[in-house]
Amino acid sequence: MTTTSVSINVPDAAGRFGQFGGRYVPETLVRALDELTAEYDKACRDAAFQSELSSLLKHYVGRPSPLYHAKRLSEQVGGAQIWLKREDLNHTGAHKINNTIGQGLLTLRMKKQRVIAETGAGQHGVATATACAHFGLDCVVYMGEEDIRRQAPNVFSMKLLGAEVRPVSSGSRTLRDAVNEAMRDWMSSVETTHYILGSVVGPHPFPRIVRDFQAVIGRETIEQSREQMGRLPDTVVACVGGGSNAAGMFYPFVEHQGVALVGVEAGGRGAKPGDHAAPLSHGHPGVLHGSFSYVMQDEDGQTCDVHSMSAGLDYPGVGPEHSYWKDTGRVRYTNCLDQDALAAFDTLARTEGILAALESSHAVAKAIELARGKPKDHALVVCLSGRGDKDAAEIARLKSQHT
Amino acid sequence: MSKIDDLFLTLRRERRKALMPFITAGDPDLAFTAAVVKELVARGCHLFEIGIPYSDPIADGPVIQASYTRALAHKIKLDDILQTLGDVAPRVAAPLVTMVSYAIVYRHGLEKYVDDVGRRGVAGLIVPDLPVDESAALAKICAARNVSLIQLVTPVTPRERAVRIAETSTGFLYYVSVAGITGERTQLPPDLIDNVGWLRTQTDLPICIGFGVSTPEHVKLLTPVADGLIVGSAIVRRIAAANEQPREKVLRDVGDYVATLLAAL
Repeated sequence: MTTTSVSINVPDAAGRFGQFGGRYVPETLVRALDELTAEYDKACRDAAFQSELSSLLKHYVGRPSPLYHAKRLSEQVGGAQIWLKREDLNHTGAHKINNTIGQGLLTLRMKKQRVIAETGAGQHGVATATACAHFGLDCVVYMGEEDIRRQAPNVFSMKLLGAEVRPVSSGSRTLRDAVNEAMRDWMSSVETTHYILGSVVGPHPFPRIVRDFQAVIGRETIEQSREQMGRLPDTVVACVGGGSNAAGMFYPFVEHQGVALVGVEAGGRGAKPGDHAAPLSHGHPGVLHGSFSYVMQDEDGQTCDVHSMSAGLDYPGVGPEHSYWKDTGRVRYTNCLDQDALAAFDTLARTEGILAALESSHAVAKAIELARGKPKDHALVVCLSGRGDKDAAEIARLKSQHT
Repeated sequence: MSKIDDLFLTLRRERRKALMPFITAGDPDLAFTAAVVKELVARGCHLFEIGIPYSDPIADGPVIQASYTRALAHKIKLDDILQTLGDVAPRVAAPLVTMVSYAIVYRHGLEKYVDDVGRRGVAGLIVPDLPVDESAALAKICAARNVSLIQLVTPVTPRERAVRIAETSTGFLYYVSVAGITGERTQLPPDLIDNVGWLRTQTDLPICIGFGVSTPEHVKLLTPVADGLIVGSAIVRRIAAANEQPREKVLRDVGDYVATLLAAL
């Protein structure tokens, strides 16, 4: 439904994106969130902060990441031209580091020595551990036991980087439970610890801060499209779990109304409750992890168990700005089944020599589907948010189940 | 005036203090929850905080989390909890307050939730994840229906904000003793007495202290500055034994434990 026109001047001072967002947290966390908001506002106006961040993104992260024309893939699909925004080529192999470097700098400004984080796929955990090693900060990462199993290489990396990985055994033992534990840690450590939230979820100001740090993806894509295509793309596709790579990619495009934006959630095994992780497709507005947004809940407001083969998308909630974009009609949200994402993983590997993360493979799958019906001069950009090395063992396991 | 206002007027007139047990609804089942309330009223408790189990309670420590998980594993539903509260509330003099996540209140509907608890005789709400800045709509609904909306102040709340929270709270003001999650603690923060003493000078609302309060020594220490004390995890942990042990024994153990706190009040 298109009820209101979309604005880029969100959130407001209360952290609202239209009706979504806000701050539904225990009183104990409010002061830290107020301080973070104030410090971030100061950093935004501080030229020295901006130049330090830019310098680190260039020399440490390796930005700008390439915008790559996937010609063989496009030929095989036989429709639109598919371009890949190569966030997988960043240091640590995903977009997550754009945010952790930014929040690492904020941690230093707030004179806090300890950092906590949650992680699902482990990409945000690795990116946080990396930023903490770089800045000399203590780092604890909460990770669900199920995710520790299916993303073992990233667990090993975090430890090598000097982080402590604390397994979370409550609930579904996935990303949602890791967020709960990180929040509980923060309740007791809030005066000395900064929580580097990894997605555009959680209480204000996190959805804004993470979007802003990730918006470098979209800004570069606009610039590179103009250089390499001579114009903006027609369609931009990104996967959505909490939604940080999609928010960073979409936000700079929001005011370019001619560009179609498509968010792809985890369709899992199908549309039945518990079989997917697609709150924008199947959920209702509600409260989870400090924010008002679409969420998978039962009729009592209890969070539902969700499923995705991809640990990074296996989350019952979504960032409030995505809910806002959905309700304003600016972004179209759809979802992609596990099996289609796996097939897209194979296709991309064999046509382009790129192993995409299982998360990103959802976006690739939907891009292939969309490209088929489009003319050859249609330019479609996919945010390739992460690389798939971490998933090799899990993909082998999933394939042996299928055969 | 809610039932909570009446209670504290009486207690203050008689120079007495309140003990407020926290009990998780539905652990191990709702019949036992009702039995515990009746037992603890008989022992002399003054009001009750009834925890509505929630799937993602970020302010709660392991003991209360586990009790919520057990209750939800038995597929407990909000309507069943409300029905039990409706059975219990009219039969006990002690006011009942639900401790409930805003996720649940929102999903149920703000007006509907307050109506549904109010008409069953529940006297108030504590919504631990609804800070004062987000609470205006719910506060208005509660005020119109004479249901108290109890707000929380913590050791990390700036003072001018604490004053604003005190002005908004109704029934009583919940002072969270520590920056942290719920759970028994041997030591309470050294500046707790001073902090509550300061808050006392800012508001006439009754002040109840919770989080970590679990021993008769705590009760003796805090009674001079507080109007009431809230004891959660220490009781929930004892009630949890009813998942394995005979219920009469557990009821007696919980009652005996609470009696040691009441004796120190």
